[in-house]
Amino acid sequence: MHKRDTIFCAICKAGAFVSLLLMVGIFAQLLIHSADAWKHFGISFLWGVDWDPAMDIYGALPSILGTLFSTVLSLALAIPLAFAVALLITESPEWLKRPLSQCVDLLAAIPSVIYGMWGLFVLVPLMQDYVQPFLADTLGIIHLPGGAWLLGEDGVGSGFGFLTAGVILALMILPYMSAVMRDVFRMTPPVLRESAYGLGCTRLETTRDIVLRYGIRGIIGGIFIGMGRALGETMAVLFVIGNMMECPAGLFSCGSTIATTLANNFAEATGLQQSALFALGLVLLLMSFSIQLITRYYLALTSTRRGENA
Amino acid sequence: MTPRPVFFRKLSNHLLNLLALGSICAALGGMGWILCTVIQKGAPVLSWEFLTAPSKPYGEPGAGVGNALLGTLLMTLGATLLAVPPALAGGIYLAEFGKNSRLADLLRFCANVLMGLPSILVGLFVYAMLVVTTGHFSGMAGTVALAIIMFPVIMRTTEDMLLMVPDALRESALALGMSRMRATLCIVARSARNGLATGILLSLARVSGETAPLLFTALFADTWPGGFFTEPTASAPVLITEYTTNSPFESMHAMGWGTALIMAAFILIINIATRCIFHENKH
Repeated sequence: MHKRDTIFCAICKAGAFVSLLLMVGIFAQLLIHSADAWKHFGISFLWGVDWDPAMDIYGALPSILGTLFSTVLSLALAIPLAFAVALLITESPEWLKRPLSQCVDLLAAIPSVIYGMWGLFVLVPLMQDYVQPFLADTLGIIHLPGGAWLLGEDGVGSGFGFLTAGVILALMILPYMSAVMRDVFRMTPPVLRESAYGLGCTRLETTRDIVLRYGIRGIIGGIFIGMGRALGETMAVLFVIGNMMECPAGLFSCGSTIATTLANNFAEATGLQQSALFALGLVLLLMSFSIQLITRYYLALTSTRRGENA
Repeated sequence: MTPRPVFFRKLSNHLLNLLALGSICAALGGMGWILCTVIQKGAPVLSWEFLTAPSKPYGEPGAGVGNALLGTLLMTLGATLLAVPPALAGGIYLAEFGKNSRLADLLRFCANVLMGLPSILVGLFVYAMLVVTTGHFSGMAGTVALAIIMFPVIMRTTEDMLLMVPDALRESALALGMSRMRATLCIVARSARNGLATGILLSLARVSGETAPLLFTALFADTWPGGFFTEPTASAPVLITEYTTNSPFESMHAMGWGTALIMAAFILIINIATRCIFHENKH
């Protein structure tokens, strides 16, 4: 090796090490700055329900539950959509494939603050005037057993709340999920698919029994990618979730997620409250980190499989 | 095996087709709806004054969003300058030197985690690193936050693009007696330059719309970006947030829409243009 090469390699290595440094740095900073909160509240910070700056009492449960609830809602809406979109794109004729997939990808390019703004000025009134009355009264969910519990205390919403946040989040994570699913579908060997069609399977049967089974791990990986996005999304949710420090009480109820709590309170917070917010950040970091671990595991499984077939 | 009636098989198949068609309509319709709203509400406020005058508190005449646009431009370009060199070097390391070693796998994993990290956590990190230590919110802190978001994206795209270059090219360069450095920079990186440019431009477009990491680093100000290292700096996404959530006035909402229109146009043009150019060159 030339001497110059050694230096070049060292420089490149240093560049790559920045990623490790950043990750360790983020963990360390959040730990250091949240130390006060952990000392003060202990591990019970995680299931404390009060968030009261006046009394200096902070609990993470409303934000954690809100984060999980909005994520689950958005996934429930986005999974079938992303699956169907990916399916349609893989099965559509060659000339249509590229424009379609690029259009869906453009959904991911729109900044989240524009989603939030659209949600606030267009979706919230729409939910209030049409969707929520329709769900509650026309469909009569409110009168079903458990319906009131599902929709929130009285079943009449302000338009804000978890359902609205879920709809926006679903639209935002759809391109990420459908991109991964598209790759998985494309990975299925054409021979397998063609044999299924040859046996007289319909498209549904081919998809369900061949494509889905072949690429289930990749699809799970794609779902987790969407989940990671939905967990940490701040701006779009901030505009429409209503920002109340309360545990989610139903689809139409207002609440907050970890990210929106941070965005709302951090700029003015001092002392123990700031430390508690850093602790919330640490919780979010751990959640998103574990999701990344699972995603990598599943996607690595599919890529080794791809390697075998190549 | 029990026979399955053809009618139901066909019916469920048609339902699937319908679902697929409905889904893509929902996705594209949603995007179209958002863009239409932005254009419809944003277009009326656009004017030369709107683009060039600085933002002012409500009620003062001659308000614009010039300072926020300039702030976003400065911070995005600064972040690009900060993030691109180490990210390119890191990508080269992963693709050319690290390959599948355990160290490279670890670094690749870190980059992946960073890519999936909620951007608001980057804001927290930079707040703890730069705002607490220097004692004031600054445009510089915002720039660093955006650079941290860009870094892993560019590093991973660089790696992917370099891996797409056929090994024969590397081998022939080395066989001609080039050093690894020259072979990498002059041959491999050059043949992958379209992909590299696409990666950089797309991540630039992405961070120019990031809001969450700027909320507690660059903050907002009604002034032109003056003291970049010591003063809060305005940016377009934070301006939108301020004007729509913290203000009851119609005229401020309209200005928010106008800013959203400019941002959306900028980002979509970069996206579409890079995709088209890259697509043409690939064939």
